[in-house]
Amino acid sequence: MEHYISLFLKAVFVENLALSFFLGMCTFLAVSKKIETALGLGIAVAVVQAITVPVNNLLFQFLLKDGALAWAGLPEVDLSFLGLISYIGVIAALVQILEMLLDKYFPALYNALGVFLPLITVNCAILGGSLFMVERDYNFAESVTYGLSSGIGWALAITALAGVREKLKYSDVPAGLQGLGITFITVGLMSLGFMAFSGIQL
Amino acid sequence: MSRTRRFLDRIEPDFLPGGRFEKMYALYEMVDTFLYTPPDVTRSSPHVRDVIDLKRVMSLVVVAVMPALLWGLYNTGFQANSAMAAMGIESAGGWRADVLEGLGIGYSADSIFASFVHGLTYWLPIYIVTLAVGGFWEVLFAVIRKHEVNEGFLVTSMLFSLTLPPSIPLWQVALGISFGVVIGKEVFGGTGKNFLNPALTGRAFLFFTYPAAMSGDAVWTAVDGFSGATPLSLSAAGGVENIIASNLTWWDAFFGNIQGSIGEVSTFAILLGGVFLLYTKIASWRVVGGVFVGMTATTLLLNLIGSDSNPMFALPFYWHMVLGGFAFGMIFMATDPVSAAMTNRGRWWYGGLIGFMAVLIRVINPAFPEGMMLAILFGNIFAPLIDHFIVQANIKRRQKRIAS
Repeated sequence: MEHYISLFLKAVFVENLALSFFLGMCTFLAVSKKIETALGLGIAVAVVQAITVPVNNLLFQFLLKDGALAWAGLPEVDLSFLGLISYIGVIAALVQILEMLLDKYFPALYNALGVFLPLITVNCAILGGSLFMVERDYNFAESVTYGLSSGIGWALAITALAGVREKLKYSDVPAGLQGLGITFITVGLMSLGFMAFSGIQL
Repeated sequence: MSRTRRFLDRIEPDFLPGGRFEKMYALYEMVDTFLYTPPDVTRSSPHVRDVIDLKRVMSLVVVAVMPALLWGLYNTGFQANSAMAAMGIESAGGWRADVLEGLGIGYSADSIFASFVHGLTYWLPIYIVTLAVGGFWEVLFAVIRKHEVNEGFLVTSMLFSLTLPPSIPLWQVALGISFGVVIGKEVFGGTGKNFLNPALTGRAFLFFTYPAAMSGDAVWTAVDGFSGATPLSLSAAGGVENIIASNLTWWDAFFGNIQGSIGEVSTFAILLGGVFLLYTKIASWRVVGGVFVGMTATTLLLNLIGSDSNPMFALPFYWHMVLGGFAFGMIFMATDPVSAAMTNRGRWWYGGLIGFMAVLIRVINPAFPEGMMLAILFGNIFAPLIDHFIVQANIKRRQKRIAS
């Protein structure tokens, strides 16, 4: 249990996908103008991350990994070169299915998430989560924890950025830096604050 | 009218639009409003009537820092003189030797005056560089972007210089304050528009860029070749017993008879300034209270959990309070009205978060012995979000009241 708690904290704070790996930057910068939308997107990412990472984990452990096909009588087959394309395919398919399910059974949530769900398909934080899972060779339970917590970490970061940007509405940024420029600087300064966690060994 | 007032009035036309020094108006305005109450008043509503404005607030903060500064000067010199005596070094070398020996002051650690002057020879160059370089950026932005030069910079420069170790190279000081003022403040539009504390931004920039000059055992006493761990790193290595073993008591740490950054050593002197700030309501007592409660609660919790391998878990809260930059950050940095939370209930949460994070970094993160600086930056990041949720909760509560 302790192992999973520390994995959780590590993925949320120490190895925050947005602020220490700078993944998912396009949506992170583009959809962080308002706290409500940022929170919605953050939750969507967390949900998708919590589903895709474990599914990709199963895919990796039982199909793609070197020697994973031993159960089918093919112990010498190594399909890991198919990794990238399979994970992306799984992510896209799962997001589509999730969208349809939400549309049918939870229309309120579907409307709240709106355009963000399809947007997430191409979010590199999602693919990054799956690739980190492969690189670190997580087992299934670990991948569930990691998927959920890395998504929560990303959601936390984008909500905080949206808070700061709402405050910065009242600031007087030089013409050349307005918009994305100041947002880049803001994100840089935020990750300076998140440096507080770097080096923590859990 | 006084002579200065007449002089200022005489040269004013030169600085107004069309005058010879039109571009330098920000400078004139800075001197004028620093010395005198601005004559112009708000013409349209809403009005706030108050005897003090932003400039006086900032000046009062500078006054509140004075005890910590004076003690810091004495202590810097005292630590250096003691270390020199212990190591058998006769002279400080360089221009400091010329000053101290030329004036016949010498290096006696027993003499308060000698220690004070010795400390001054370390702090004054740092402060002059801070003022000159930071002031340059401040005025440059004010002139080009046509806003006022604000006394906020006096506070930033003063606090920044006090958080540095005495032996820091001066070019690093220049770099740090440049980063703090330009990236931390001016790109957002100047005083009141930033979201991080500019002094801490500069300090954190230096800390991550030149860790060797900003942390470790060799930098805290300004004598070449002297190496001594600060009480905080002592406690990280072996808990309270380790501090006691090196002949330091709690009272030493409380009054500031220890090594450390120039202005942060004496909790007592800082609290003196803090009482002044809280009494004048310049610092929010909720933030200070939040930091203290957060720190105490986290410490008690960690004491309870305990650890076999990490002695910091057992460090009691009254030690946390007097070690490192905790008191300085709590009183002067966390209460910065610009980067702190703005709502009353939000201030408690914001303070609590800082206290919690400071202890957490100190205890759990082996990479950094001190956590206060990063904790406050972390709090600054989340302050707007905290405010947002407090405001939303308030709106919901009122809607419910109307509905019922």
